[in-house]
Amino acid sequence: MILTDKTLTAARKRLLQMHFESGVGHIGGNLSCLDAMMLTFHEYVGDEDRFILSKGHAAGALYITLWSLGRLSNDTLKTFHKDNTLLAGHPPASGINDILFATGSLGHGLSLAAGTALALQLKGQSGNVYCLTSDGEWQEGSTWEAMIFAAHRRLSNLTILVDHNNLQGFGSTHDVASMSPLTEKLSGFDLDIQYVDGHDLSAIRTAIDKPSDKCRIIILQTIKGHGVSFMEDRMEWHYLPLKEEQYKLATQEIEAL
Amino acid sequence: MRQQLCDALVSRSVNPDMVFLTGDLGFMALEPLQQGMQARFINAGVAEQNMVSVAAAMAREGLDLWVYSIAPFCYARPFEQIRNDVAFHNLPVKLIGNGGGYGYGVMGPTHHAIEDYGILLTLPNMRVFIPVFDEDVDAVISHAGAAQNPSYLRLGRGEIPLGFEVPKYAPWRQLTAGGGMVVIVAGPVAGTYIDAFQSLPEEIRPNFWIVSELPLEKNPLPLELLKQMSARQDLCVVEEHVRRGGLGSELALLLLEKKIEVGAFHHLYARAHHYATYGSQNFLRAQSGIDVKSVLAVVAQKSLEF
Repeated sequence: MILTDKTLTAARKRLLQMHFESGVGHIGGNLSCLDAMMLTFHEYVGDEDRFILSKGHAAGALYITLWSLGRLSNDTLKTFHKDNTLLAGHPPASGINDILFATGSLGHGLSLAAGTALALQLKGQSGNVYCLTSDGEWQEGSTWEAMIFAAHRRLSNLTILVDHNNLQGFGSTHDVASMSPLTEKLSGFDLDIQYVDGHDLSAIRTAIDKPSDKCRIIILQTIKGHGVSFMEDRMEWHYLPLKEEQYKLATQEIEAL
Repeated sequence: MRQQLCDALVSRSVNPDMVFLTGDLGFMALEPLQQGMQARFINAGVAEQNMVSVAAAMAREGLDLWVYSIAPFCYARPFEQIRNDVAFHNLPVKLIGNGGGYGYGVMGPTHHAIEDYGILLTLPNMRVFIPVFDEDVDAVISHAGAAQNPSYLRLGRGEIPLGFEVPKYAPWRQLTAGGGMVVIVAGPVAGTYIDAFQSLPEEIRPNFWIVSELPLEKNPLPLELLKQMSARQDLCVVEEHVRRGGLGSELALLLLEKKIEVGAFHHLYARAHHYATYGSQNFLRAQSGIDVKSVLAVVAQKSLEF
């Protein structure tokens, strides 16, 4: 099912609404990866495939993506971050079929994705595994353990999407612990590495569609807070909730995109 | 117990869903398993965090997962992966730690595992299996394999006196009976007490029990043991594990909850990760006061006083 601009805009607006109504932050890192997540789910993740969100703090984007597919209701979204909700600040351990693992501690998802991909291979199943990581979590040693494993096992059914928005918890990735350019750091592995505009759906499609017999990494050049001028590329939107005026302005800007 | 482990797993590996992951260990022990399992025997390299998460994911896909390493590398290094990826999802991953307790002796404290089951039992759904004798391993593999929960198998080196007939595996077993105190022991160190306890006069010979499965709420105390303890006998708990979080503290809580009054409560345990000098497992047991001589000093003397 082709992801339309209309559907994507609706998802962006619903993301802002959910975060505003719940008074919850983490908006910047959700907007940076929402486009790629929506595209992956709408066009690539079928029943036989798996998606693992390694950057668990983008749970909002994941919930909205599932909502856009009709798998979570508006009533459920209203419970986001509230007591007695399934929609915690990071993906839950159970209760939502499309969410396989409770992530949130960075550096776990890539290993989980590699294990899933290997399991599918051993079982002779044809599904693909998609894993979305942040860029900051490539500072975790376990991510590199997973990379060694995935490359060595030549997990060609594994596609890793890196939300490379250049901002992490308390500074830019460049200032905190630079791995720039990440493509060079990864180039020693026997992988299929691509670097694309993470807000260009056509470019992401082309990258995912490219045939490969290796594990694939698609580094998505993204903008934290994408689509909202006062959020874009600003670290505080890793954390801040929206005030009412900001919410209205942000919604207008999203509609005008 | 590595030979018995290999034999048991080779038998189990006829199950095509079984997958074995090792953190680059098993030389001169697991080669038959490697040859038998082929692609389903995976050397994950020196990368335990990744190995445990991979295991969790494969178990999530319905495969039968066994993970093997030296005990501390099996649970301490990848603790968060065990907690988040295995335990939070109640996935039946079987973690096998070789050389539990002071098993790696003179190799030093980095290789000791004397807080392993205490730490792991803080996690939801976790089961712990501690075989006492080499002969227990086959049954322990079956029990852990049948469980629908995560589990940790603490392997060591079985030690039995000449001519001793190992009783069939059970989560609780009584090895000696007499008029002395109740002694409960976890792990292979129990085997080193058998001769000495059997040699004691009947009136001070302990009611000597071994326990191989924790937590106790999943492995209730046998009625006979409860009866013996309810007679206000002294109780001695011995384990090659630190004081906090171990069998001793779990048992003490259980006694309080059940309002069982025992006489004196003696807890003998692994007192330190390392001492001023290094040595074998037996040396470290003696340093900690859990060698047979130290245990006898408690069991025989206290019984005589009683």
